[in-house]
Amino acid sequence: MRHDHLITSKQLTREDIETILDRAAEIDADPSAVADRHTNTLLGLLFFEPSTRTKMSFETAMKRLGGDVVDMGSVESSSVKKGETLADTVRVIEGYTDALVLRHPKQGSATMASEFVDVPLVNAGDGAGHHPSQTMLDLYTIRENAGLDDLTIGIMGDLKYGRTVHSLAHALTNFDAQQHFISPESLRLPREVVYDLHQEDGGAGIREHESLEEVLPSLDVLYVTRIQRERFPDEQEYQKVAGEYQIGTETLEAAGDDLTIMHPLPRVDEIAPEIDETDHAAYFEQAHNGVPVRMALLDLLLSDDGAADRRGGESDE
Amino acid sequence: MSDDHNHHDGDDHELRVSKIRSGTVIDHVRGGQALNVLAILGIDGSEGEEVSVGMNVPSDRLARKDIVKVEGRELSQDEVDVLSLIAPDATINIVRDYEVIEKHRVEPPEIVEGVLSCPNAGCITTSGEPVDSRFEVLEDGVRCDYCGTIVRDEIASLIDT
Repeated sequence: MRHDHLITSKQLTREDIETILDRAAEIDADPSAVADRHTNTLLGLLFFEPSTRTKMSFETAMKRLGGDVVDMGSVESSSVKKGETLADTVRVIEGYTDALVLRHPKQGSATMASEFVDVPLVNAGDGAGHHPSQTMLDLYTIRENAGLDDLTIGIMGDLKYGRTVHSLAHALTNFDAQQHFISPESLRLPREVVYDLHQEDGGAGIREHESLEEVLPSLDVLYVTRIQRERFPDEQEYQKVAGEYQIGTETLEAAGDDLTIMHPLPRVDEIAPEIDETDHAAYFEQAHNGVPVRMALLDLLLSDDGAADRRGGESDE
Repeated sequence: MSDDHNHHDGDDHELRVSKIRSGTVIDHVRGGQALNVLAILGIDGSEGEEVSVGMNVPSDRLARKDIVKVEGRELSQDEVDVLSLIAPDATINIVRDYEVIEKHRVEPPEIVEGVLSCPNAGCITTSGEPVDSRFEVLEDGVRCDYCGTIVRDEIASLIDT
Protein backbone atom coordinates (compact mmCIF):
# COMPACT_ATOMS: atom_id res chain seq x y z
CA MET A 1 0.00 0.00 0.00
CA ARG A 2 1.32 3.41 -0.85
CA HIS A 3 -1.01 6.18 0.25
CA ASP A 4 -0.28 9.22 2.36
CA HIS A 5 -3.91 9.62 3.35
CA LEU A 6 -7.05 7.53 3.45
CA ILE A 7 -9.85 9.72 2.16
CA THR A 8 -12.25 7.41 0.32
CA SER A 9 -12.45 3.71 -0.39
CA LYS A 10 -12.42 4.64 -4.08
CA GLN A 11 -8.68 5.20 -3.86
CA LEU A 12 -8.05 1.60 -2.76
CA THR A 13 -7.34 -1.27 -5.09
CA ARG A 14 -8.22 -4.85 -4.29
CA GLU A 15 -4.55 -5.38 -3.45
CA ASP A 16 -4.61 -2.43 -1.01
CA ILE A 17 -7.72 -3.78 0.67
CA GLU A 18 -6.27 -7.25 1.00
CA THR A 19 -3.05 -5.82 2.42
CA ILE A 20 -5.02 -4.00 5.12
CA LEU A 21 -7.25 -6.98 5.91
CA ASP A 22 -4.34 -9.41 6.01
CA ARG A 23 -2.41 -7.13 8.32
CA ALA A 24 -5.51 -6.77 10.52
CA ALA A 25 -5.80 -10.56 10.70
CA GLU A 26 -2.16 -10.86 11.82
CA ILE A 27 -2.70 -8.25 14.49
CA ASP A 28 -5.99 -9.82 15.55
CA ALA A 29 -4.24 -13.16 16.01
CA ASP A 30 -1.44 -11.72 18.12
CA PRO A 31 -1.97 -8.11 19.27
CA SER A 32 0.94 -8.31 21.69
CA ALA A 33 3.38 -8.66 18.79
CA VAL A 34 2.77 -5.03 17.82
CA ALA A 35 2.42 -3.59 21.31
CA ASP A 36 5.62 -1.53 21.00
CA ARG A 37 5.53 -0.92 17.29
CA HIS A 38 4.67 2.78 17.40
CA THR A 39 5.94 4.04 20.73
CA ASN A 40 6.34 7.82 20.82
CA THR A 41 3.80 8.16 18.03
CA LEU A 42 1.00 10.63 18.59
CA LEU A 43 -2.31 10.51 16.76
CA GLY A 44 -4.46 13.65 16.61
CA LEU A 45 -8.20 13.07 16.93
CA LEU A 46 -10.22 15.85 15.31
CA PHE A 47 -13.90 15.03 15.70
CA PHE A 48 -16.20 17.85 14.71
CA GLU A 49 -19.23 15.55 15.09
CA PRO A 50 -20.18 13.17 17.89
CA SER A 51 -18.63 9.71 17.74
CA THR A 52 -18.29 6.81 20.11
CA ARG A 53 -17.13 3.73 18.24
CA THR A 54 -14.92 5.35 15.62
CA LYS A 55 -13.20 7.70 18.00
CA MET A 56 -12.67 5.17 20.77
CA SER A 57 -11.50 2.45 18.41
CA PHE A 58 -8.90 4.75 16.84
CA GLU A 59 -7.79 5.75 20.32
CA THR A 60 -7.59 2.13 21.41
CA ALA A 61 -5.78 1.15 18.21
CA MET A 62 -3.10 3.80 18.63
CA LYS A 63 -2.56 2.91 22.27
CA ARG A 64 -2.38 -0.81 21.51
CA LEU A 65 0.37 -0.02 18.99
CA GLY A 66 2.32 1.65 21.79
CA GLY A 67 1.45 5.22 20.82
CA ASP A 68 -0.86 7.80 22.27
CA VAL A 69 -3.52 10.28 21.19
CA VAL A 70 -4.26 13.95 21.61
CA ASP A 71 -7.86 14.92 21.29
CA MET A 72 -9.25 18.24 20.12
CA GLY A 73 -12.21 17.71 22.41
CA SER A 74 -15.64 19.00 21.59
CA VAL A 75 -16.20 21.71 19.02
CA GLU A 76 -17.77 23.81 21.78
CA SER A 77 -14.52 23.88 23.72
CA SER A 78 -12.17 24.35 20.75
CA SER A 79 -10.95 27.24 18.63
CA VAL A 80 -13.54 26.26 16.04
CA LYS A 81 -15.99 28.05 18.30
CA LYS A 82 -13.93 31.21 17.70
CA GLY A 83 -14.35 30.86 13.96
CA GLU A 84 -11.11 29.09 13.04
CA THR A 85 -11.20 27.41 9.64
CA LEU A 86 -10.69 23.67 9.28
CA ALA A 87 -7.65 24.39 7.11
CA ASP A 88 -6.02 26.30 9.98
CA THR A 89 -6.98 23.72 12.60
CA VAL A 90 -5.40 20.81 10.74
CA ARG A 91 -2.27 22.80 9.97
CA VAL A 92 -1.82 23.60 13.64
CA ILE A 93 -2.50 20.09 14.94
CA GLU A 94 -0.28 18.40 12.35
CA GLY A 95 2.59 20.20 14.04
CA TYR A 96 1.81 18.36 17.27
CA THR A 97 1.18 14.89 15.90
CA ASP A 98 2.34 12.14 13.55
CA ALA A 99 -1.06 11.43 11.98
CA LEU A 100 -4.58 12.84 12.04
CA VAL A 101 -8.05 11.33 12.13
CA LEU A 102 -10.77 13.72 11.02
CA ARG A 103 -14.53 13.58 11.29
CA HIS A 104 -16.38 16.61 10.00
CA PRO A 105 -19.98 17.33 8.99
CA LYS A 106 -19.08 18.71 5.55
CA GLN A 107 -18.64 16.50 2.49
CA GLY A 108 -15.17 16.84 1.02
CA SER A 109 -13.70 18.07 4.30
CA ALA A 110 -11.12 15.28 4.45
CA THR A 111 -10.06 15.86 0.85
CA MET A 112 -9.58 19.54 1.56
CA ALA A 113 -7.82 18.97 4.88
CA SER A 114 -5.41 16.51 3.25
CA GLU A 115 -4.29 19.27 0.89
CA PHE A 116 -3.04 21.30 3.85
CA VAL A 117 -1.07 18.67 5.77
CA ASP A 118 1.87 16.36 5.22
CA VAL A 119 1.19 13.85 8.00
CA PRO A 120 -1.16 10.96 7.11
CA LEU A 121 -4.82 11.86 7.46
CA VAL A 122 -7.65 9.37 7.79
CA ASN A 123 -11.19 10.38 6.91
CA ALA A 124 -13.40 9.18 9.76
CA GLY A 125 -16.56 10.45 8.12
CA ASP A 126 -17.19 13.59 6.04
CA GLY A 127 -20.86 14.44 6.24
CA ALA A 128 -22.87 12.21 3.94
CA GLY A 129 -19.73 11.42 1.97
CA HIS A 130 -17.36 8.62 2.92
CA HIS A 131 -16.13 6.62 5.90
CA PRO A 132 -13.37 4.35 4.56
CA SER A 133 -11.97 3.00 7.83
CA GLN A 134 -15.48 1.76 8.70
CA THR A 135 -15.49 0.06 5.31
CA MET A 136 -12.27 -1.76 6.10
CA LEU A 137 -13.74 -3.23 9.28
CA ASP A 138 -16.95 -4.03 7.39
CA LEU A 139 -14.95 -5.88 4.73
CA TYR A 140 -12.94 -7.66 7.40
CA THR A 141 -16.16 -8.85 9.03
CA ILE A 142 -17.65 -9.91 5.69
CA ARG A 143 -14.49 -11.81 4.78
CA GLU A 144 -14.55 -13.62 8.13
CA ASN A 145 -18.23 -14.56 7.85
CA ALA A 146 -19.07 -14.98 4.18
CA GLY A 147 -15.99 -14.34 2.05
CA LEU A 148 -15.58 -11.42 -0.33
CA ASP A 149 -15.94 -13.18 -3.67
CA ASP A 150 -19.15 -14.73 -4.99
CA LEU A 151 -20.87 -12.56 -2.42
CA THR A 152 -24.50 -11.48 -2.59
CA ILE A 153 -25.07 -8.58 -0.23
CA GLY A 154 -28.14 -6.53 0.58
CA ILE A 155 -27.48 -3.01 1.82
CA MET A 156 -30.61 -1.57 3.40
CA GLY A 157 -31.80 1.62 5.07
CA ASP A 158 -30.68 5.21 4.57
CA LEU A 159 -28.62 4.87 1.44
CA LYS A 160 -28.84 8.55 0.58
CA TYR A 161 -27.01 10.00 3.57
CA GLY A 162 -25.28 6.83 4.74
CA ARG A 163 -21.58 7.41 4.29
CA THR A 164 -20.73 3.89 5.46
CA VAL A 165 -22.91 2.60 2.63
CA HIS A 166 -21.22 4.77 0.00
CA SER A 167 -17.74 3.66 1.04
CA LEU A 168 -18.68 -0.01 1.30
CA ALA A 169 -20.36 -0.03 -2.10
CA HIS A 170 -17.29 1.45 -3.79
CA ALA A 171 -14.95 -1.01 -2.09
CA LEU A 172 -17.06 -4.02 -3.03
CA THR A 173 -16.69 -3.24 -6.72
CA ASN A 174 -13.16 -4.63 -6.35
CA PHE A 175 -14.65 -8.04 -5.66
CA ASP A 176 -17.06 -10.38 -7.37
CA ALA A 177 -20.03 -9.14 -5.38
CA GLN A 178 -23.69 -8.69 -6.28
CA GLN A 179 -24.95 -5.61 -4.47
CA HIS A 180 -28.66 -5.10 -3.78
CA PHE A 181 -29.59 -1.68 -2.42
CA ILE A 182 -32.86 -1.63 -0.50
CA SER A 183 -34.43 1.63 0.62
CA PRO A 184 -37.50 3.81 0.38
CA GLU A 185 -37.59 5.89 -2.78
CA SER A 186 -36.70 9.02 -0.82
CA LEU A 187 -33.49 7.50 0.56
CA ARG A 188 -32.06 5.85 -2.55
CA LEU A 189 -28.36 5.99 -3.29
CA PRO A 190 -27.23 9.43 -4.49
CA ARG A 191 -26.99 9.57 -8.26
CA GLU A 192 -23.29 10.41 -7.92
CA VAL A 193 -22.64 7.13 -6.13
CA VAL A 194 -24.64 5.16 -8.69
CA TYR A 195 -22.68 6.89 -11.46
CA ASP A 196 -19.41 5.79 -9.86
CA LEU A 197 -20.58 2.25 -9.22
CA HIS A 198 -21.55 1.86 -12.85
CA GLN A 199 -18.15 3.24 -13.88
CA GLU A 200 -16.27 0.97 -11.50
CA ASP A 201 -18.36 -2.14 -11.83
CA GLY A 202 -19.90 -1.81 -15.24
CA GLY A 203 -23.23 -1.85 -13.42
CA ALA A 204 -23.39 -5.63 -13.63
CA GLY A 205 -23.52 -6.24 -9.91
CA ILE A 206 -25.78 -3.42 -8.77
CA ARG A 207 -29.56 -3.51 -8.27
CA GLU A 208 -31.93 -1.17 -6.43
CA HIS A 209 -35.10 -2.28 -4.61
CA GLU A 210 -37.74 -0.91 -2.29
CA SER A 211 -38.58 -4.24 -0.68
CA LEU A 212 -36.29 -6.60 1.21
CA GLU A 213 -38.56 -9.57 0.47
CA GLU A 214 -37.53 -9.59 -3.18
CA VAL A 215 -33.93 -10.39 -2.41
CA LEU A 216 -33.67 -11.70 1.14
CA PRO A 217 -33.53 -15.44 0.29
CA SER A 218 -30.54 -14.90 -2.01
CA LEU A 219 -28.42 -12.88 0.42
CA ASP A 220 -25.19 -13.96 2.09
CA VAL A 221 -24.97 -10.69 3.99
CA LEU A 222 -27.58 -8.11 4.97
CA TYR A 223 -26.01 -4.77 5.91
CA VAL A 224 -28.59 -2.67 7.76
CA THR A 225 -28.34 1.06 8.47
CA ARG A 226 -30.59 3.30 10.50
CA ILE A 227 -33.41 5.08 8.70
CA GLN A 228 -32.72 8.56 9.91
CA ARG A 229 -36.00 9.99 11.07
CA GLU A 230 -34.57 13.50 11.12
CA ARG A 231 -33.99 13.41 7.35
CA PHE A 232 -37.67 13.12 6.45
CA PRO A 233 -39.63 16.24 5.60
CA ASP A 234 -42.53 15.09 7.77
CA GLU A 235 -43.28 12.40 10.31
CA GLN A 236 -45.96 10.74 8.16
CA GLU A 237 -43.48 10.08 5.39
CA TYR A 238 -41.14 8.47 7.90
CA GLN A 239 -43.90 6.33 9.41
CA LYS A 240 -44.80 5.01 5.95
CA VAL A 241 -41.44 3.34 5.55
CA ALA A 242 -40.00 2.87 9.02
CA GLY A 243 -41.72 -0.43 9.84
CA GLU A 244 -40.83 -1.98 6.50
CA TYR A 245 -37.14 -1.72 7.21
CA GLN A 246 -37.06 -3.42 10.60
CA ILE A 247 -35.65 -6.91 10.96
CA GLY A 248 -37.35 -9.29 13.34
CA THR A 249 -37.16 -13.04 13.78
CA GLU A 250 -40.22 -13.42 11.54
CA THR A 251 -38.42 -11.49 8.79
CA LEU A 252 -35.64 -14.03 8.83
CA GLU A 253 -37.90 -16.97 8.11
CA ALA A 254 -37.30 -16.27 4.44
CA ALA A 255 -33.54 -15.90 4.87
CA GLY A 256 -30.85 -18.46 4.28
CA ASP A 257 -29.41 -20.23 7.33
CA ASP A 258 -25.99 -18.69 6.72
CA LEU A 259 -27.19 -15.10 6.41
CA THR A 260 -24.87 -12.68 8.20
CA ILE A 261 -26.51 -9.50 9.51
CA MET A 262 -24.33 -6.44 9.93
CA HIS A 263 -24.94 -2.86 11.11
CA PRO A 264 -22.41 -0.06 11.58
CA LEU A 265 -24.28 0.94 14.78
CA PRO A 266 -25.75 2.72 16.57
CA ARG A 267 -29.04 0.95 15.92
CA VAL A 268 -32.38 2.20 17.14
CA ASP A 269 -35.09 -0.26 16.13
CA GLU A 270 -33.82 -1.61 12.81
CA ILE A 271 -32.81 -4.96 14.27
CA ALA A 272 -34.87 -6.58 17.02
CA PRO A 273 -32.88 -7.55 20.14
CA GLU A 274 -33.93 -11.22 19.69
CA ILE A 275 -31.63 -11.35 16.65
CA ASP A 276 -28.61 -10.58 18.82
CA GLU A 277 -28.38 -14.10 20.18
CA THR A 278 -28.70 -15.79 16.78
CA ASP A 279 -25.85 -16.92 14.55
CA HIS A 280 -26.95 -14.27 12.06
CA ALA A 281 -25.84 -11.34 14.24
CA ALA A 282 -22.37 -10.05 13.41
CA TYR A 283 -22.74 -6.38 14.36
CA PHE A 284 -21.00 -6.50 17.72
CA GLU A 285 -18.19 -8.58 16.23
CA GLN A 286 -18.11 -5.96 13.45
CA ALA A 287 -17.70 -3.16 16.00
CA HIS A 288 -14.95 -5.07 17.84
CA ASN A 289 -13.11 -5.56 14.55
CA GLY A 290 -12.66 -1.78 14.46
CA VAL A 291 -9.63 -2.04 16.70
CA PRO A 292 -7.43 -4.56 14.82
CA VAL A 293 -8.45 -3.06 11.48
CA ARG A 294 -7.59 0.46 12.59
CA MET A 295 -4.35 -0.82 14.13
CA ALA A 296 -3.51 -2.26 10.71
CA LEU A 297 -4.43 0.97 8.95
CA LEU A 298 -2.39 3.14 11.28
CA ASP A 299 0.52 0.73 11.13
CA LEU A 300 0.55 0.79 7.33
CA LEU A 301 0.14 4.57 7.09
CA LEU A 302 2.81 5.24 9.70
CA SER A 303 5.30 2.64 8.51
CA ASP A 304 5.22 2.60 4.74
CA ASP A 305 7.46 4.38 2.25
CA GLY A 306 5.33 7.47 2.66
CA ALA A 307 6.44 7.85 6.23
CA ALA A 308 10.05 7.44 5.16
CA ASP A 309 9.58 10.04 2.43
CA ARG A 310 8.10 12.49 4.89
CA ARG A 311 11.19 12.10 7.04
CA GLY A 312 13.52 12.62 4.11
CA GLY A 313 14.01 8.95 3.27
CA GLU A 314 14.94 7.78 6.73
CA SER A 315 13.32 4.43 7.42
CA ASP A 316 11.69 3.73 10.76
CA GLU A 317 12.45 0.01 10.53
CA MET B 1 -12.83 34.69 -40.22
CA SER B 2 -15.68 35.03 -37.78
CA ASP B 3 -19.20 35.87 -38.76
CA ASP B 4 -18.75 39.41 -37.66
CA HIS B 5 -15.52 39.91 -39.57
CA ASN B 6 -16.69 38.58 -42.89
CA HIS B 7 -19.80 39.11 -44.85
CA HIS B 8 -21.19 35.63 -44.48
CA ASP B 9 -24.06 36.60 -42.19
CA GLY B 10 -24.57 39.97 -43.75
CA ASP B 11 -23.76 43.48 -42.74
CA ASP B 12 -26.62 43.75 -40.26
CA HIS B 13 -24.35 42.17 -37.62
CA GLU B 14 -21.93 44.98 -38.16
CA LEU B 15 -24.64 47.36 -37.15
CA ARG B 16 -25.38 45.48 -33.96
CA VAL B 17 -21.83 44.72 -32.87
CA SER B 18 -19.02 46.90 -34.03
CA LYS B 19 -15.65 45.58 -35.13
CA ILE B 20 -12.83 45.63 -32.65
CA ARG B 21 -9.30 46.74 -33.36
CA SER B 22 -7.40 44.27 -31.22
CA GLY B 23 -8.62 41.70 -28.77
CA THR B 24 -10.85 38.64 -28.81
CA VAL B 25 -14.11 37.86 -30.49
CA ILE B 26 -15.98 34.93 -29.00
CA ASP B 27 -18.37 33.80 -31.66
CA HIS B 28 -21.02 31.10 -31.89
CA VAL B 29 -21.93 31.32 -28.26
CA ARG B 30 -25.31 29.69 -27.68
CA GLY B 31 -28.08 32.26 -27.61
CA GLY B 32 -28.55 33.83 -24.20
CA GLN B 33 -25.18 32.76 -22.79
CA ALA B 34 -23.16 35.92 -23.52
CA LEU B 35 -23.46 37.34 -20.04
CA ASN B 36 -22.37 34.02 -18.57
CA VAL B 37 -19.34 34.12 -20.86
CA LEU B 38 -18.45 37.50 -19.43
CA ALA B 39 -18.98 36.18 -15.90
CA ILE B 40 -16.68 33.22 -16.55
CA LEU B 41 -14.02 35.61 -17.82
CA GLY B 42 -14.49 37.80 -14.77
CA ILE B 43 -15.47 40.78 -16.89
CA ASP B 44 -18.06 43.01 -15.31
CA GLY B 45 -17.05 46.38 -16.73
CA SER B 46 -15.65 47.65 -13.46
CA GLU B 47 -12.09 47.62 -14.83
CA GLY B 48 -13.03 49.83 -17.74
CA GLU B 49 -12.92 47.01 -20.27
CA GLU B 50 -14.37 47.83 -23.67
CA VAL B 51 -16.83 45.05 -24.41
CA SER B 52 -19.43 44.59 -27.10
CA VAL B 53 -22.15 41.99 -26.85
CA GLY B 54 -24.59 40.75 -29.44
CA MET B 55 -27.35 38.50 -28.22
CA ASN B 56 -29.64 36.21 -30.17
CA VAL B 57 -28.41 37.33 -33.56
CA PRO B 58 -29.18 35.09 -36.54
CA SER B 59 -26.62 32.42 -37.31
CA ASP B 60 -26.42 29.76 -40.01
CA ARG B 61 -24.94 27.22 -37.63
CA LEU B 62 -26.87 27.87 -34.39
CA ALA B 63 -30.00 29.66 -35.65
CA ARG B 64 -29.52 32.18 -32.85
CA LYS B 65 -26.19 32.97 -31.32
CA ASP B 66 -24.45 35.44 -29.07
CA ILE B 67 -21.20 37.24 -29.84
CA VAL B 68 -18.85 38.73 -27.30
CA LYS B 69 -16.04 41.09 -28.29
CA VAL B 70 -13.43 42.12 -25.80
CA GLU B 71 -11.21 44.99 -26.90
CA GLY B 72 -7.56 44.92 -25.89
CA ARG B 73 -7.52 41.47 -24.37
CA GLU B 74 -6.38 38.17 -25.85
CA LEU B 75 -7.83 35.26 -23.93
CA SER B 76 -5.54 32.65 -22.46
CA GLN B 77 -6.01 29.02 -23.40
CA ASP B 78 -7.25 28.29 -19.86
CA GLU B 79 -9.94 30.92 -20.18
CA VAL B 80 -10.94 29.62 -23.55
CA ASP B 81 -11.15 26.07 -22.30
CA VAL B 82 -13.40 26.99 -19.41
CA LEU B 83 -15.74 28.71 -21.85
CA SER B 84 -16.43 25.33 -23.38
CA LEU B 85 -18.56 24.43 -20.36
CA ILE B 86 -21.26 26.88 -21.34
CA ALA B 87 -20.35 27.58 -24.95
CA PRO B 88 -19.24 24.27 -26.45
CA ASP B 89 -19.71 25.49 -30.03
CA ALA B 90 -17.81 28.73 -29.56
CA THR B 91 -15.08 29.87 -31.88
CA ILE B 92 -12.40 32.17 -30.60
CA ASN B 93 -10.98 34.82 -32.89
CA ILE B 94 -7.91 36.74 -31.88
CA VAL B 95 -7.93 40.09 -33.66
CA ARG B 96 -5.04 42.45 -34.27
CA ASP B 97 -5.41 45.62 -36.31
CA TYR B 98 -8.92 44.58 -37.35
CA GLU B 99 -7.67 41.29 -38.81
CA VAL B 100 -8.37 37.84 -37.40
CA ILE B 101 -4.88 36.44 -36.91
CA GLU B 102 -5.86 33.29 -35.03
CA LYS B 103 -9.05 31.29 -34.83
CA HIS B 104 -9.83 28.16 -32.88
CA ARG B 105 -12.58 26.13 -31.29
CA VAL B 106 -12.87 25.66 -27.55
CA GLU B 107 -11.79 22.37 -26.01
CA PRO B 108 -13.16 21.16 -22.70
CA PRO B 109 -10.51 21.14 -19.96
CA GLU B 110 -10.09 18.21 -17.57
CA ILE B 111 -10.44 20.39 -14.48
CA VAL B 112 -11.86 23.85 -13.79
CA GLU B 113 -10.72 25.63 -10.66
CA GLY B 114 -12.14 28.68 -8.96
CA VAL B 115 -14.75 29.30 -11.63
CA LEU B 116 -17.89 27.47 -10.47
CA SER B 117 -19.48 27.24 -7.01
CA CYS B 118 -20.59 23.84 -5.77
CA PRO B 119 -24.38 23.72 -5.47
CA ASN B 120 -24.17 21.28 -2.53
CA ALA B 121 -24.68 23.31 0.64
CA GLY B 122 -23.04 20.43 2.53
CA CYS B 123 -19.78 20.75 0.54
CA ILE B 124 -16.71 22.01 2.36
CA THR B 125 -15.98 24.48 -0.46
CA THR B 126 -19.09 26.45 0.52
CA SER B 127 -17.95 26.89 4.13
CA GLY B 128 -15.57 29.83 4.02
CA GLU B 129 -12.45 27.67 3.88
CA PRO B 130 -9.38 29.05 2.06
CA VAL B 131 -9.83 26.76 -0.92
CA ASP B 132 -10.93 27.28 -4.51
CA SER B 133 -13.69 25.16 -5.94
CA ARG B 134 -12.46 22.43 -8.27
CA PHE B 135 -14.57 20.50 -10.76
CA GLU B 136 -13.73 17.57 -12.94
CA VAL B 137 -15.21 18.02 -16.41
CA LEU B 138 -17.31 15.04 -17.49
CA GLU B 139 -18.63 14.34 -20.96
CA ASP B 140 -22.03 15.65 -19.98
CA GLY B 141 -21.43 17.88 -16.99
CA VAL B 142 -19.06 18.72 -14.18
CA ARG B 143 -18.29 17.07 -10.87
CA CYS B 144 -17.08 18.65 -7.64
CA ASP B 145 -13.66 17.23 -6.75
CA TYR B 146 -14.41 17.62 -3.05
CA CYS B 147 -17.94 16.35 -2.44
CA GLY B 148 -18.54 14.47 -5.70
CA THR B 149 -21.71 16.33 -6.67
CA ILE B 150 -22.43 16.04 -10.39
CA VAL B 151 -24.10 18.89 -12.28
CA ARG B 152 -25.29 18.25 -15.80
CA ASP B 153 -27.71 21.09 -16.43
CA GLU B 154 -27.58 24.67 -15.35
CA ILE B 155 -23.80 24.80 -15.20
CA ALA B 156 -24.02 28.51 -15.96
CA SER B 157 -25.91 29.02 -12.70
CA LEU B 158 -22.82 27.80 -10.81
CA ILE B 159 -20.57 30.50 -12.20
CA ASP B 160 -18.86 32.16 -9.28
CA THR B 161 -19.35 35.85 -9.96
